Amino acid sequence: MGKIERRDVLLGELQRAQELEALSAAIFDLRDHFRVDHMVYHWVNAEGDQYGCYTYSEDWVQRYNEQDYVRIDPVILGCFQRFHPVDWKRLDWSGKVARDFMAEAMTHGVGNQGFSVPIRGPNGQFALFTVNHTCSDDEWCRFTQENRRDLILIAHEFNERALAINPDADPKPMRPLSPREVDAMTFLALGYSRAQVAEMLAISEHTLRVYIESARAKLGALNTTHAVARALSHGLIVV
Amino acid sequence: MLRYLYADQLQDRPGLAHAMYVDRADQFKTRLGWDVTVNADGEERDEYDALNPLYILWEKADGGHGGSMRLLPTTGPCMINDHFSELTDGVRIESPLIWECTRFCLARDAEPKTAGALMLAGSEVLRGFGIEYLVGVFDARMVRIYRMIGSSPEVIGTKGTGRDRISVGLWSFGEDTHRTMAERAGIPVATSKLWFEQAFGGTHPADLAASA
Repeated sequence: MGKIERRDVLLGELQRAQELEALSAAIFDLRDHFRVDHMVYHWVNAEGDQYGCYTYSEDWVQRYNEQDYVRIDPVILGCFQRFHPVDWKRLDWSGKVARDFMAEAMTHGVGNQGFSVPIRGPNGQFALFTVNHTCSDDEWCRFTQENRRDLILIAHEFNERALAINPDADPKPMRPLSPREVDAMTFLALGYSRAQVAEMLAISEHTLRVYIESARAKLGALNTTHAVARALSHGLIVV
Repeated sequence: MLRYLYADQLQDRPGLAHAMYVDRADQFKTRLGWDVTVNADGEERDEYDALNPLYILWEKADGGHGGSMRLLPTTGPCMINDHFSELTDGVRIESPLIWECTRFCLARDAEPKTAGALMLAGSEVLRGFGIEYLVGVFDARMVRIYRMIGSSPEVIGTKGTGRDRISVGLWSFGEDTHRTMAERAGIPVATSKLWFEQAFGGTHPADLAASA
Protein backbone atom coordinates (compact mmCIF):
# COMPACT_ATOMS: atom_id res chain seq x y z
CA MET A 1 0.00 0.00 0.00
CA GLY A 2 1.36 3.43 -0.94
CA LYS A 3 2.00 6.12 1.60
CA ILE A 4 -0.89 8.31 0.49
CA GLU A 5 -3.33 5.38 0.37
CA ARG A 6 -2.30 4.38 3.87
CA ARG A 7 -2.89 7.92 5.07
CA ASP A 8 -6.36 7.89 3.60
CA VAL A 9 -7.18 4.60 5.33
CA LEU A 10 -5.99 6.06 8.64
CA LEU A 11 -8.03 9.19 8.06
CA GLY A 12 -11.07 7.02 7.38
CA GLU A 13 -10.55 5.24 10.71
CA LEU A 14 -10.30 8.58 12.41
CA GLN A 15 -13.52 9.81 10.84
CA ARG A 16 -15.39 6.68 11.92
CA ALA A 17 -14.26 7.03 15.54
CA GLN A 18 -17.30 7.14 17.81
CA GLU A 19 -15.64 7.61 21.17
CA LEU A 20 -12.40 8.83 22.68
CA GLU A 21 -10.92 5.31 22.79
CA ALA A 22 -11.17 5.06 19.01
CA LEU A 23 -9.55 8.47 18.61
CA SER A 24 -6.74 7.29 20.88
CA ALA A 25 -6.25 4.20 18.73
CA ALA A 26 -6.16 6.38 15.64
CA ILE A 27 -3.43 8.57 17.07
CA PHE A 28 -1.19 5.56 17.71
CA ASP A 29 -1.72 4.34 14.14
CA LEU A 30 -0.93 7.79 12.77
CA ARG A 31 2.14 8.08 14.96
CA ASP A 32 3.43 4.75 13.65
CA HIS A 33 2.67 5.69 10.08
CA PHE A 34 4.59 8.97 10.26
CA ARG A 35 7.41 7.18 12.12
CA VAL A 36 7.68 9.79 14.83
CA ASP A 37 8.07 9.47 18.60
CA HIS A 38 4.75 11.02 19.56
CA MET A 39 1.50 12.58 18.45
CA VAL A 40 -0.82 14.53 20.68
CA TYR A 41 -4.25 15.98 20.22
CA HIS A 42 -4.93 18.39 23.08
CA TRP A 43 -8.15 20.34 23.55
CA VAL A 44 -8.74 23.21 25.92
CA ASN A 45 -12.15 24.86 26.08
CA ALA A 46 -13.04 28.37 27.23
CA GLU A 47 -13.53 27.10 30.81
CA GLY A 48 -10.01 25.64 30.85
CA ASP A 49 -11.17 22.01 30.77
CA GLN A 50 -8.75 19.69 29.03
CA TYR A 51 -9.34 16.64 26.91
CA GLY A 52 -7.27 14.77 24.44
CA CYS A 53 -5.43 11.75 23.26
CA TYR A 54 -1.77 11.14 23.03
CA THR A 55 1.03 8.65 22.68
CA TYR A 56 3.01 10.18 25.57
CA SER A 57 3.58 7.94 28.61
CA GLU A 58 0.83 7.96 31.24
CA ASP A 59 3.48 8.99 33.78
CA TRP A 60 4.22 12.16 31.87
CA VAL A 61 0.58 13.06 31.32
CA GLN A 62 -0.21 12.49 34.98
CA ARG A 63 2.76 14.60 36.01
CA TYR A 64 1.76 17.32 33.51
CA ASN A 65 -1.75 17.46 34.92
CA GLU A 66 -0.68 17.29 38.59
CA GLN A 67 1.77 20.15 38.11
CA ASP A 68 -0.72 22.09 35.97
CA TYR A 69 2.02 22.49 33.35
CA VAL A 70 -0.57 23.77 30.90
CA ARG A 71 0.10 27.17 32.54
CA ILE A 72 3.82 27.18 31.70
CA ASP A 73 4.14 24.88 28.68
CA PRO A 74 5.76 27.12 25.99
CA VAL A 75 3.90 25.15 23.30
CA ILE A 76 0.52 26.02 24.82
CA LEU A 77 1.54 29.60 25.60
CA GLY A 78 2.94 30.11 22.11
CA CYS A 79 -0.02 28.61 20.25
CA PHE A 80 -3.01 29.76 22.28
CA GLN A 81 -4.94 32.50 20.42
CA ARG A 82 -2.91 31.77 17.26
CA PHE A 83 -3.82 29.97 14.07
CA HIS A 84 -0.52 29.44 12.29
CA PRO A 85 1.42 26.16 12.59
CA VAL A 86 4.49 26.40 14.77
CA ASP A 87 7.84 24.66 14.87
CA TRP A 88 8.87 24.31 18.50
CA LYS A 89 12.24 25.87 17.72
CA ARG A 90 10.42 29.15 17.19
CA LEU A 91 8.87 29.20 20.65
CA ASP A 92 10.28 31.00 23.64
CA TRP A 93 12.37 28.51 25.62
CA SER A 94 14.61 31.18 27.11
CA GLY A 95 13.31 31.16 30.69
CA LYS A 96 14.47 28.75 33.36
CA VAL A 97 10.92 27.49 33.94
CA ALA A 98 10.56 26.59 30.25
CA ARG A 99 13.97 24.91 30.07
CA ASP A 100 13.36 22.89 33.23
CA PHE A 101 9.98 21.86 31.88
CA MET A 102 11.53 20.63 28.63
CA ALA A 103 14.33 18.83 30.46
CA GLU A 104 11.78 17.01 32.58
CA ALA A 105 9.63 16.21 29.56
CA MET A 106 12.62 14.63 27.83
CA THR A 107 13.25 12.31 30.80
CA HIS A 108 9.71 11.02 30.07
CA GLY A 109 10.53 10.29 26.44
CA VAL A 110 9.36 13.55 24.84
CA GLY A 111 11.55 14.33 21.84
CA ASN A 112 13.53 17.49 21.20
CA GLN A 113 11.62 18.45 18.04
CA GLY A 114 8.00 19.46 17.69
CA PHE A 115 5.52 20.82 15.21
CA SER A 116 2.14 22.03 16.48
CA VAL A 117 -0.98 23.06 14.63
CA PRO A 118 -3.34 25.30 16.61
CA ILE A 119 -7.02 25.00 15.76
CA ARG A 120 -9.82 27.41 16.57
CA GLY A 121 -13.12 25.70 17.09
CA PRO A 122 -16.56 27.10 17.85
CA ASN A 123 -17.35 29.02 21.07
CA GLY A 124 -13.79 29.64 22.17
CA GLN A 125 -12.72 26.03 21.83
CA PHE A 126 -9.01 25.72 21.26
CA ALA A 127 -7.13 22.60 20.24
CA LEU A 128 -3.58 21.76 19.43
CA PHE A 129 -2.31 18.91 17.32
CA THR A 130 1.35 18.10 17.86
CA VAL A 131 3.93 15.86 16.28
CA ASN A 132 7.00 15.22 18.40
CA HIS A 133 10.24 13.52 17.54
CA THR A 134 13.91 13.06 18.39
CA CYS A 135 16.24 14.03 15.55
CA SER A 136 18.54 16.72 14.23
CA ASP A 137 17.30 20.13 13.07
CA ASP A 138 18.03 19.26 9.45
CA GLU A 139 16.09 16.00 9.58
CA TRP A 140 13.18 17.75 11.28
CA CYS A 141 13.16 20.53 8.73
CA ARG A 142 12.93 17.96 5.92
CA PHE A 143 10.18 16.06 7.72
CA THR A 144 8.01 19.11 8.36
CA GLN A 145 8.47 20.49 4.85
CA GLU A 146 7.43 17.16 3.38
CA ASN A 147 4.49 16.47 5.69
CA ARG A 148 3.24 19.88 6.74
CA ARG A 149 0.23 19.93 4.47
CA ASP A 150 -1.07 16.50 5.51
CA LEU A 151 -0.42 17.24 9.18
CA ILE A 152 -2.46 20.44 8.99
CA LEU A 153 -5.33 18.55 7.36
CA ILE A 154 -5.14 15.68 9.85
CA ALA A 155 -5.10 18.17 12.73
CA HIS A 156 -8.36 19.69 11.56
CA GLU A 157 -9.95 16.28 10.99
CA PHE A 158 -9.01 15.33 14.54
CA ASN A 159 -10.74 18.39 15.86
CA GLU A 160 -13.85 17.83 13.76
CA ARG A 161 -14.07 14.32 15.15
CA ALA A 162 -13.42 15.38 18.73
CA LEU A 163 -16.15 18.01 18.45
CA ALA A 164 -18.57 15.43 17.06
CA ILE A 165 -17.82 13.00 19.90
CA ASN A 166 -17.79 15.44 22.79
CA PRO A 167 -21.29 15.73 24.26
CA ASP A 168 -20.60 19.26 25.53
CA ALA A 169 -19.50 20.55 22.19
CA ASP A 170 -21.66 22.03 19.51
CA PRO A 171 -20.63 20.05 16.45
CA LYS A 172 -20.98 21.41 12.97
CA PRO A 173 -23.27 19.23 10.90
CA MET A 174 -21.77 17.61 7.79
CA ARG A 175 -22.05 20.34 5.22
CA PRO A 176 -23.62 19.27 1.96
CA LEU A 177 -21.77 19.95 -1.27
CA SER A 178 -22.96 23.03 -3.13
CA PRO A 179 -24.29 22.54 -6.69
CA ARG A 180 -21.01 23.81 -8.17
CA GLU A 181 -19.01 21.39 -6.03
CA VAL A 182 -21.29 18.52 -7.03
CA ASP A 183 -20.76 19.41 -10.70
CA ALA A 184 -17.00 19.57 -10.32
CA MET A 185 -16.74 16.29 -8.40
CA THR A 186 -19.13 14.52 -10.78
CA PHE A 187 -17.14 15.43 -13.88
CA LEU A 188 -13.89 14.43 -12.14
CA ALA A 189 -15.47 11.11 -11.18
CA LEU A 190 -16.36 10.60 -14.83
CA GLY A 191 -12.68 10.84 -15.63
CA TYR A 192 -12.48 14.28 -17.22
CA SER A 193 -9.30 16.27 -16.73
CA ARG A 194 -9.30 19.47 -14.70
CA ALA A 195 -8.93 21.51 -17.86
CA GLN A 196 -11.96 19.80 -19.41
CA VAL A 197 -14.05 20.20 -16.26
CA ALA A 198 -13.16 23.89 -16.02
CA GLU A 199 -14.17 24.36 -19.63
CA MET A 200 -17.46 22.52 -19.21
CA LEU A 201 -18.33 24.58 -16.13
CA ALA A 202 -17.13 27.78 -17.84
CA ILE A 203 -14.79 28.64 -14.96
CA SER A 204 -11.02 29.03 -14.74
CA GLU A 205 -8.87 26.14 -13.54
CA HIS A 206 -8.03 28.20 -10.46
CA THR A 207 -11.67 28.58 -9.58
CA LEU A 208 -12.13 24.87 -10.15
CA ARG A 209 -9.23 24.17 -7.81
CA VAL A 210 -10.96 26.14 -5.09
CA TYR A 211 -14.27 24.31 -5.61
CA ILE A 212 -12.38 21.03 -5.40
CA GLU A 213 -10.51 22.22 -2.32
CA SER A 214 -13.71 23.24 -0.51
CA ALA A 215 -15.31 19.91 -1.45
CA ARG A 216 -12.19 18.05 -0.27
CA ALA A 217 -12.32 19.86 3.07
CA LYS A 218 -16.00 19.01 3.54
CA LEU A 219 -15.38 15.38 2.67
CA GLY A 220 -12.35 15.14 4.93
CA ALA A 221 -10.09 13.62 2.28
CA LEU A 222 -6.38 14.20 1.82
CA ASN A 223 -6.46 14.62 -1.93
CA THR A 224 -8.81 14.93 -4.87
CA THR A 225 -8.90 11.24 -5.77
CA HIS A 226 -10.02 10.31 -2.29
CA ALA A 227 -12.45 13.20 -2.17
CA VAL A 228 -14.12 11.87 -5.33
CA ALA A 229 -14.18 8.34 -3.92
CA ARG A 230 -15.71 9.59 -0.70
CA ALA A 231 -18.34 11.69 -2.48
CA LEU A 232 -19.33 8.59 -4.46
CA SER A 233 -19.45 6.30 -1.44
CA HIS A 234 -21.54 8.82 0.54
CA GLY A 235 -23.94 9.12 -2.37
CA LEU A 236 -23.24 12.84 -2.66
CA ILE A 237 -22.57 12.45 -6.36
CA VAL A 238 -23.94 9.89 -8.77
CA VAL A 239 -22.25 8.89 -12.00
CA MET B 1 9.01 47.69 7.69
CA LEU B 2 6.46 44.91 7.61
CA ARG B 3 4.90 43.93 10.91
CA TYR B 4 2.99 40.74 11.57
CA LEU B 5 0.88 41.16 14.69
CA TYR B 6 -2.08 39.29 16.08
CA ALA B 7 -4.71 41.59 17.61
CA ASP B 8 -3.54 40.77 21.15
CA GLN B 9 0.01 41.79 20.16
CA LEU B 10 -1.24 44.95 18.46
CA GLN B 11 -2.54 46.07 21.85
CA ASP B 12 1.09 46.56 22.85
CA ARG B 13 1.41 49.12 20.05
CA PRO B 14 -1.56 51.38 20.83
CA GLY B 15 -0.37 54.23 18.58
CA LEU B 16 0.07 52.01 15.55
CA ALA B 17 -3.21 50.18 16.23
CA HIS B 18 -5.18 53.42 16.55
CA ALA B 19 -3.63 54.78 13.36
CA MET B 20 -4.63 51.63 11.48
CA TYR B 21 -8.25 51.78 12.62
CA VAL B 22 -8.43 55.51 11.83
CA ASP B 23 -6.95 54.99 8.36
CA ARG B 24 -9.49 52.24 7.81
CA ALA B 25 -12.29 54.65 8.73
CA ASP B 26 -10.81 57.18 6.30
CA GLN B 27 -10.55 54.67 3.48
CA PHE B 28 -13.72 52.65 3.84
CA LYS B 29 -16.15 55.23 5.26
CA THR B 30 -14.90 58.62 4.04
CA ARG B 31 -13.38 57.76 0.66
CA LEU B 32 -15.32 54.67 -0.42
CA GLY B 33 -18.58 55.35 1.40
CA TRP B 34 -18.95 51.78 2.62
CA ASP B 35 -21.51 50.98 5.29
CA VAL B 36 -18.98 50.47 8.10
CA THR B 37 -19.13 51.46 11.75
CA VAL B 38 -16.81 54.17 13.04
CA ASN B 39 -16.57 54.60 16.82
CA ALA B 40 -16.22 57.76 18.92
CA ASP B 41 -12.43 57.60 18.58
CA GLY B 42 -12.74 57.74 14.81
CA GLU B 43 -11.79 54.06 14.42
CA GLU B 44 -13.38 51.60 12.03
CA ARG B 45 -13.70 48.21 13.70
CA ASP B 46 -15.98 45.27 13.10
CA GLU B 47 -16.76 41.96 14.80
CA TYR B 48 -13.91 40.20 12.98
CA ASP B 49 -11.35 42.42 14.70
CA ALA B 50 -12.60 40.84 17.92
CA LEU B 51 -11.58 37.34 16.72
CA ASN B 52 -7.88 37.96 17.28
CA PRO B 53 -7.00 38.08 13.58
CA LEU B 54 -3.45 38.34 12.29
CA TYR B 55 -2.70 41.81 10.92
CA ILE B 56 0.01 42.64 8.46
CA LEU B 57 1.02 46.28 8.72
CA TRP B 58 3.46 48.52 6.91
CA GLU B 59 5.09 50.61 9.62
CA LYS B 60 6.61 53.78 8.26
CA ALA B 61 10.08 54.93 9.26
CA ASP B 62 8.52 57.39 11.74
CA GLY B 63 6.47 54.59 13.36
CA GLY B 64 3.26 55.62 11.62
CA HIS B 65 0.78 53.37 9.82
CA GLY B 66 1.29 53.14 6.05
CA GLY B 67 -1.15 50.35 5.25
CA SER B 68 -2.47 47.07 6.52
CA MET B 69 -4.58 44.01 5.96
CA ARG B 70 -6.24 41.39 8.13
CA LEU B 71 -6.01 37.61 7.96
CA LEU B 72 -8.36 34.97 9.38
CA PRO B 73 -8.66 31.23 8.77
CA THR B 74 -11.65 30.25 6.63
CA THR B 75 -12.39 27.35 8.99
CA GLY B 76 -13.88 29.85 11.46
CA PRO B 77 -16.17 32.87 11.15
CA CYS B 78 -14.98 35.11 8.32
CA MET B 79 -16.45 37.71 6.00
CA ILE B 80 -16.32 35.73 2.79
CA ASN B 81 -18.56 32.96 4.11
CA ASP B 82 -20.72 35.15 6.35
CA HIS B 83 -21.46 37.85 3.77
CA PHE B 84 -20.30 37.05 0.26
CA SER B 85 -21.38 33.48 -0.51
CA GLU B 86 -23.61 34.71 -3.33
CA LEU B 87 -20.46 35.75 -5.17
CA THR B 88 -19.15 32.18 -5.23
CA ASP B 89 -22.29 30.39 -6.39
CA GLY B 90 -23.02 29.49 -2.79
CA VAL B 91 -19.75 27.61 -2.36
CA ARG B 92 -18.47 28.15 1.16
CA ILE B 93 -14.74 28.58 0.92
CA GLU B 94 -13.69 26.69 4.01
CA SER B 95 -10.34 24.95 4.25
CA PRO B 96 -7.37 24.83 6.61
CA LEU B 97 -5.30 25.64 3.51
CA ILE B 98 -7.14 28.87 2.63
CA TRP B 99 -6.99 32.06 4.69
CA GLU B 100 -9.12 35.13 4.21
CA CYS B 101 -7.58 38.53 3.63
CA THR B 102 -9.80 41.59 4.31
CA ARG B 103 -9.62 45.31 5.15
CA PHE B 104 -6.77 45.94 2.71
CA CYS B 105 -6.09 49.56 3.56
CA LEU B 106 -3.62 52.24 2.50
CA ALA B 107 -3.05 55.47 4.43
CA ARG B 108 -3.64 58.66 2.45
CA ASP B 109 0.04 59.50 2.57
CA ALA B 110 1.24 55.93 1.97
CA GLU B 111 4.33 55.54 -0.18
CA PRO B 112 3.57 53.96 -3.56
CA LYS B 113 5.36 50.75 -2.64
CA THR B 114 3.14 50.05 0.37
CA ALA B 115 0.49 48.00 -1.41
CA GLY B 116 3.14 45.79 -2.97
CA ALA B 117 4.88 45.33 0.35
CA LEU B 118 1.64 44.12 1.94
CA MET B 119 1.00 41.55 -0.78
CA LEU B 120 4.61 40.40 -0.51
CA ALA B 121 3.90 39.78 3.17
CA GLY B 122 0.84 37.78 2.14
CA SER B 123 3.13 35.63 0.05
CA GLU B 124 5.50 35.16 3.02
CA VAL B 125 2.58 33.95 5.11
CA LEU B 126 1.56 31.37 2.50
CA ARG B 127 5.04 29.95 2.06
CA GLY B 128 5.92 30.23 5.76
CA PHE B 129 2.86 28.40 7.05
CA GLY B 130 2.07 25.99 4.23
CA ILE B 131 -1.16 27.75 3.26
CA GLU B 132 -2.17 27.40 -0.41
CA TYR B 133 -4.42 30.41 -1.03
CA LEU B 134 -5.51 33.75 0.27
CA VAL B 135 -9.08 34.65 -0.57
CA GLY B 136 -10.39 38.19 -0.46
CA VAL B 137 -13.19 40.49 -1.53
CA PHE B 138 -12.20 43.63 -3.40
CA ASP B 139 -13.76 46.45 -5.37
CA ALA B 140 -13.12 47.72 -8.87
CA ARG B 141 -10.47 50.25 -7.92
CA MET B 142 -8.23 47.51 -6.47
CA VAL B 143 -7.98 45.66 -9.79
CA ARG B 144 -5.56 48.24 -11.13
CA ILE B 145 -3.55 48.35 -7.90
CA TYR B 146 -3.14 44.60 -7.80
CA ARG B 147 -2.02 44.56 -11.42
CA MET B 148 0.49 47.31 -10.72
CA ILE B 149 2.13 45.44 -7.86
CA GLY B 150 2.31 42.24 -9.88
CA SER B 151 -0.18 40.18 -7.88
CA SER B 152 -3.45 40.09 -9.78
CA PRO B 153 -5.85 37.66 -8.15
CA GLU B 154 -7.76 34.96 -9.90
CA VAL B 155 -11.32 36.28 -9.86
CA ILE B 156 -13.77 33.54 -8.91
CA GLY B 157 -16.94 35.57 -8.60
CA THR B 158 -18.24 39.06 -9.31
CA LYS B 159 -21.31 41.17 -8.57
CA GLY B 160 -22.34 44.63 -9.75
CA THR B 161 -20.91 46.87 -12.45
CA GLY B 162 -18.64 49.86 -12.82
CA ARG B 163 -17.49 51.39 -9.56
CA ASP B 164 -19.87 49.20 -7.56
CA ARG B 165 -18.41 46.01 -8.94
CA ILE B 166 -17.08 43.75 -6.20
CA SER B 167 -15.27 40.48 -6.71
CA VAL B 168 -13.97 37.51 -4.81
CA GLY B 169 -10.38 36.77 -5.71
CA LEU B 170 -7.77 34.21 -4.90
CA TRP B 171 -4.08 34.63 -4.53
CA SER B 172 -1.37 32.04 -4.67
CA PHE B 173 2.14 33.19 -5.30
CA GLY B 174 4.81 31.24 -7.12
CA GLU B 175 8.52 31.88 -6.81
CA ASP B 176 8.49 34.25 -9.80
CA THR B 177 5.58 36.32 -8.52
CA HIS B 178 7.21 36.52 -5.11
CA ARG B 179 10.40 37.92 -6.64
CA THR B 180 8.49 40.34 -8.88
CA MET B 181 6.51 41.68 -5.94
CA ALA B 182 9.65 42.11 -3.86
CA GLU B 183 11.35 43.96 -6.69
CA ARG B 184 8.42 46.31 -7.28
CA ALA B 185 8.08 46.92 -3.54
CA GLY B 186 11.79 47.71 -3.35
CA ILE B 187 12.33 45.12 -0.62
CA PRO B 188 15.08 42.52 -0.96
CA VAL B 189 13.68 38.98 -0.78
CA ALA B 190 16.03 38.20 2.13
CA THR B 191 14.86 41.24 4.10
CA SER B 192 11.23 40.31 3.69
CA LYS B 193 11.99 36.79 4.88
CA LEU B 194 13.90 38.15 7.87
CA TRP B 195 10.98 40.36 8.94
CA PHE B 196 8.71 37.34 8.77
CA GLU B 197 11.12 35.12 10.69
CA GLN B 198 11.57 37.75 13.40
CA ALA B 199 7.83 38.16 13.81
CA PHE B 200 7.29 34.44 14.32
CA GLY B 201 10.19 33.66 16.63
CA GLY B 202 12.60 33.26 13.77
CA THR B 203 15.78 31.35 13.41
CA HIS B 204 18.72 32.23 15.58
CA PRO B 205 21.79 33.90 14.04
CA ALA B 206 23.63 30.59 14.38
CA ASP B 207 20.98 28.84 12.26
CA LEU B 208 21.25 31.51 9.59
CA ALA B 209 25.00 31.10 9.48
CA ALA B 210 24.63 27.34 9.16
CA SER B 211 22.18 27.61 6.29
CA ALA B 212 24.04 30.37 4.44
